[in-house]
Formats: sequence, C-alpha cells, structure tokens
Amino acid sequence: MKFVISEEQRALAEAIDQVIESLGGTAVARAASEGDAAPARALWEQLAELGLLGLCIDEADGGMGGTPVDLIVAFERLGYHAAPGPYLESAALLPDLVDPALRESLADGSAIATAAIPGFVPYALDAQLCSQQFIVTADSITPAEAGEGQESIDAARTLHELTPAGPAAALDPEAVALAIDRATLGSAAMLLGAGERLLEEAVAYAKLREQFGRVIGEYQGLKHQLANVRVALTFARPLLKGAALDLGTPSGERSMSAAKVAASDAAILAARTALQVHGAIGYTQEHDLSLWLTRVHALASAWGTTRYHRSRIAASILTPAAILSPAS
Amino acid sequence: MDLDLTEEQLAFAAEARAWLAENVPATPLPSMDTEAGFAAHREWEAKLAAGGWSVVSWPEEYGGRGAGLIEWVLFEEEYYRAGAPTRVAQNGISLLAPILFGHGTDAQRERFLRDMTDGTLIWAQAWSEPGAGSDLASIRSTAKRDDERGGWILNGQKTWSSRAPWADRGFGLFRSDPEAQRHRGLTYFLFPMDAEGLTVRPITQLDGTTGFAELFFDDVFVADEDVLGAPGDGWRVAMSTAGNERGLSLRSPGRFCAATDRLIDLWQKNQDQDPFAQDAVVDAWIKSEAYRLYTWGTVSTLQEGGDIGAEGSVNKVFWSELDIAIHQTGLDLLGPAAELRSASAEAGGRWVDDYIFALGGPIYAGTNEIQRNIIAERILGLPRGGDGRKAS
Repeated sequence: MKFVISEEQRALAEAIDQVIESLGGTAVARAASEGDAAPARALWEQLAELGLLGLCIDEADGGMGGTPVDLIVAFERLGYHAAPGPYLESAALLPDLVDPALRESLADGSAIATAAIPGFVPYALDAQLCSQQFIVTADSITPAEAGEGQESIDAARTLHELTPAGPAAALDPEAVALAIDRATLGSAAMLLGAGERLLEEAVAYAKLREQFGRVIGEYQGLKHQLANVRVALTFARPLLKGAALDLGTPSGERSMSAAKVAASDAAILAARTALQVHGAIGYTQEHDLSLWLTRVHALASAWGTTRYHRSRIAASILTPAAILSPAS
Repeated sequence: MDLDLTEEQLAFAAEARAWLAENVPATPLPSMDTEAGFAAHREWEAKLAAGGWSVVSWPEEYGGRGAGLIEWVLFEEEYYRAGAPTRVAQNGISLLAPILFGHGTDAQRERFLRDMTDGTLIWAQAWSEPGAGSDLASIRSTAKRDDERGGWILNGQKTWSSRAPWADRGFGLFRSDPEAQRHRGLTYFLFPMDAEGLTVRPITQLDGTTGFAELFFDDVFVADEDVLGAPGDGWRVAMSTAGNERGLSLRSPGRFCAATDRLIDLWQKNQDQDPFAQDAVVDAWIKSEAYRLYTWGTVSTLQEGGDIGAEGSVNKVFWSELDIAIHQTGLDLLGPAAELRSASAEAGGRWVDDYIFALGGPIYAGTNEIQRNIIAERILGLPRGGDGRKAS
C-alpha cells in the first residue's frame, strides 16, 4: 500500500531537520523576522546541497526526481521549523514553468526565484532573497521587477508587488495548473508541519507551567482543547497523502483543495489553542510561538483561501456550483 | 485514487456489489429496535449468511470467507453504499466475537460463533450500570462463587443494554471478588437473556423505539462454561472489546461516505443557494474523504504489524462528530419540513431518524470526553489527575 511513509522519506525528513537544527532551528526564522537575511541564505544553500530545491525536478535536469509524496514529507518539515524563504515558489511552482537553464540553477540553489500569480498569490514572497521574479498567469510567465517590501502578518515574510520587466512567454495552461496545485500541496504540508509544531509546543508548555499547585496540563479544560487539535491534525494528514497520490489525475484538483482546507483549518485551530495554552507569554513577539502563530495565517490566506478551495470542491461534487474568484 | 488493489480484491468488491444489488430489500426494514423490525433484521442476517456475506473476515470453519482487512473495508463500503439494513447481530459479531477468538475456549467457539452469523443468536451488551457509565471500572454488580453447582450467582443491575429487549444472550462484567478494587476482581460472563431471575425492562429511546433496556439480576445462576477468560481477568478481556468498539470495526468509512452521498443528492434536489449550506455539504465531503483515507492508512499500518492503540480514541471523536454534522446539515437543507419524520425521508435518507441515531455517537462506546482524556494522556503524554479521577 502507498499509505505508509517509506524509509527513504523518513531519512529525507530527518536530513532536513538536521540541517535546520544545525543552523539554530527557529533562529533562522527569528533572524529573518528581524531583517537579517544571512541565516536564511545559509539555510537555502544547505538545503540545496541536500537536493531539496531540486526535489520536483527530473533527474535528467539535475534534480532529485521526487514524487509529490516526497514533496509533502519535505515541506512538512519546513513548516515545522518555520523556515523562511520562497521555497514553494522556487522548488514547487516554478521549475516546470521556466527555461531549462534556470531550472538547473534553481535545482542547485545558485538561483533563487519568487513569483506572483495575480488574483491568487497577489504578492511575491521574499524578493530580497531572490535573483529572479516572475508573474505567472494561467497561460504565461513574465520576468518582473519587485517593488518595495511590505510587511506580512508574519514578520519573517516580506511581500512584494511585481511589475513586468520583459516579454511574456506562453505556457501550457495544464502545466501551469499542475504547478500551482503542486505548490498549493506544499503550502498545505507546511501548514500541517506548523500545526504539529504548535501542538508540540503547547503540550510541552502545559507539562511545565504550574498554577494552583499543579501543572496546567492536568486540567481537562486544556486537555480537551489539545485533544481536539490532535484529532484535526490526524485527519488532515491523510487528505494530504491522498492529494499527493492524486496530483495530476482528474480528481487531483479537488483532492488538493480538500488537503488545503483541512490543513488550514487544523493549523489555525492549533494556533488558537497553542496561544490559549501559553497565555500572555504566547502573546509576545519574544516567544518563538509567534513564528508559527503568524506563519499559519499567512499560509492559510496564500495559495487559495479556504473559501476558494471549498468552492472548487463544490464545483466538482455539486452541480451547479460556481468556483469563486481565487482571491475571495 | 489508486489504492493498489489487486484483481482479486476488485473482483471481491464487484461480487459483493452484485449480491447486495440483488438482495438488499427495496423498502427499508422497520427499525430493528421494534419487535417486528428486530425479527425482520434477524431474517436479513440469515439471508446474508446464506449468501456468505455475514462475516467475511472470519475463518471459513465459522461461516466466514477468511478475507483480509482490505476485503473487509471493501465489503463494508459496498454494504453501506447499497443501503443495506443495520446489523442487528453487531454486538456479537463486532464486540464479542473478537474476544471469543482471542480468549474463548474451543467449546465456547463451537457453541456460539456459527450461530451468531445467521441471526440464530443475537447478543445484548451489558456494560453500564446506574453508577458506572464513563467510570466503567466502578461496576458493583456481583458474581458469587457457587462451588456446589459449578458456577456463579449474579446479582445487581445493568443499564443501556443495547438489543436487550429481544436478544437471546448477553455479555458483561461482574465483580467476582468483593475485596478487589476497580479494574481488579471483575469477571466476564455470557448469560442467556431468559435465565431465571433475570428481568429485562425495555427503555424507550429518544426516537421512541426500545433499542436498549435495564437488566435486573436476582440470583441468576451462570455455569462455569459461560465464563469468558479467567475469573478475575474480566477487565483485561473486556478492554479488547472496547478497543474494537472504538476503533476500526464499529464504524467503517462506508457509513459516512454513503451518508455524504445522500447529502449531496439532497442538496441537488433542493438546490439551496445558501453558501453556508453549500460549505457544510463540502465539509461533510472533505471529512468523509479524510475518514476514508485515514481508514486505508490504518489498514496499511495494521498490515505492516502495527496496532491502533489509543489512536482508536482519535478515530471515535472524529467519526461521531462527523456523523452528527452530516445529518445536521441534511436537516438544515430540508428546512421547515425537517421536523416531520415522514417528510424527512428524502434522497435515500431518513434524516430525522438518522440524526437522532447519530446523537448517540459521542455518548456510547466511551463518551467523547473520556476519549479526549485518553488522547491527552496516552497520545500527547499529559499527566493524569487534577479532576478528581482516581488512578487506574
């Protein structure tokens, strides 16, 4: 059966963890949120060496030739560590949409690229780290210049408006749709990873923090909230796996949408609960919890809102039902 | 999605589908929790058994097909999709039989297993007592040794005993060592419902039927041959049932996928333009899909030698809430007519009855609060205590 994670996938996840932890774990996101991009660049280089940036690129083109299941395994770890940088854009969206030379440079990490998809992903992420920016539409790709960085709810993310700076190249709409679904799947995996980390942090805190003479994790009021997060994350996970196996098939779009909705809802529940368990200390920028609390909201609104994804499922299972505009 | 099913598995599912299409009653049977409905459901069990579909995963010598887990899940999907009757034999087949296979004597397996596959022997469960619900280990009904007759004398009261009004036999836990506390000193008994001294008082449920009953034991003699597992070891023996009830066996994904299909049909018929209603239908679909995929994942894990353990509690919270959400949405779509029990029989569903049935989900088989405690303590590793519960 395809439902069990393989040894190789487990090893990939562990290798990513080791790389990020060797650079200080959340210290990378923390530095990015304080305007220091150097650790994020160092992480990018090391993950490129590991092959992560070429995960979705064929071996013949210098990549790893990984499967969509490999993609969710890897991106879950990026979400777990709140790793900053345009990984979804460079590693999942753009490889199939750019020319072979750039594809190879993306795979080995010598180029970092970001993108905006008008009406869907309106702002390009972290252009300050990038050598290239692109505007992607349903059937074209255009090199672009990035405007001033704008603040995101997540201090480790910087958002840029793009303006065209070169001729548009035509693209196969099916290839674009598939690339967007692949990146969306990656965003769902990051949400799941962030949700798992939020739960872990909250559980660890509930075992330490004492009030009324006992650790707060003894109280059912918290236990049941944390159990609800466990339930939501546990049942989001198989939808991601299913979507990865379905990517590129006729039911691929709606499976993808189901995964994004479930991962967003579960991660937001995890964020709310983790904040409530931490109390006031969680409401500070100083505490690492803020890294995931804000990342979850950024990822839930990027790559298609839950409203958009629900409408895409409705259009598939109900007739008639209209797909909403992606930005709705 | 490609589940890597073999030709044989696909053929098995097709055979089940064809048999069900041929044999499932066109008009739904009356509720099994009425006298006439119980009898009709008993006959359905006989028909299922004659077709070889009653207990597909059991060994052939006991009337099964020796089918694997994957085949079992496939059969259940077909069963629910076909709108086949509720299994009146479920207590025996799903809860008791796994224990008989694991802890029973050869003689017990011979006496009971085959008869419970064809409706000859329907079981009632007798876990709860007036003072022992979520806190099941506080059972006070007693079993006193009777060496002269070679057996035990049962006294006390059981309640919420499902199928008891018309069942043939019952199973439950009794305190056989009055000195022992909580989980110790309990013994698992199998007793005939017409035993001398046993009084059955049916309880009318929320939907007006009598699915369960109170049982009063007044010096009921049970012979040694009707003790399941070792005397005093009843808790451990019973918990293998509880795990089963909470876990994979009781609620196959077929049930929720079929209910969601009916919900989608209902939405198509009513064409409710309310975007909130549309979202609720979509969410029912997403969660049914999640449950289906989760189940296949569990099957994979079990096949690779893993076990479910406390994950069964995660499962139970999810499906019981999903069941209510699906049927609540159905009632919402029906609008003002949803109140009428007859009018609610639309799009293949009996929405009022199904909704009332779903309301029991978060209560039986261990309330969802107990399940959340288990998730918090055994999966998340949070400490016990702080709420007055005694250590187990």
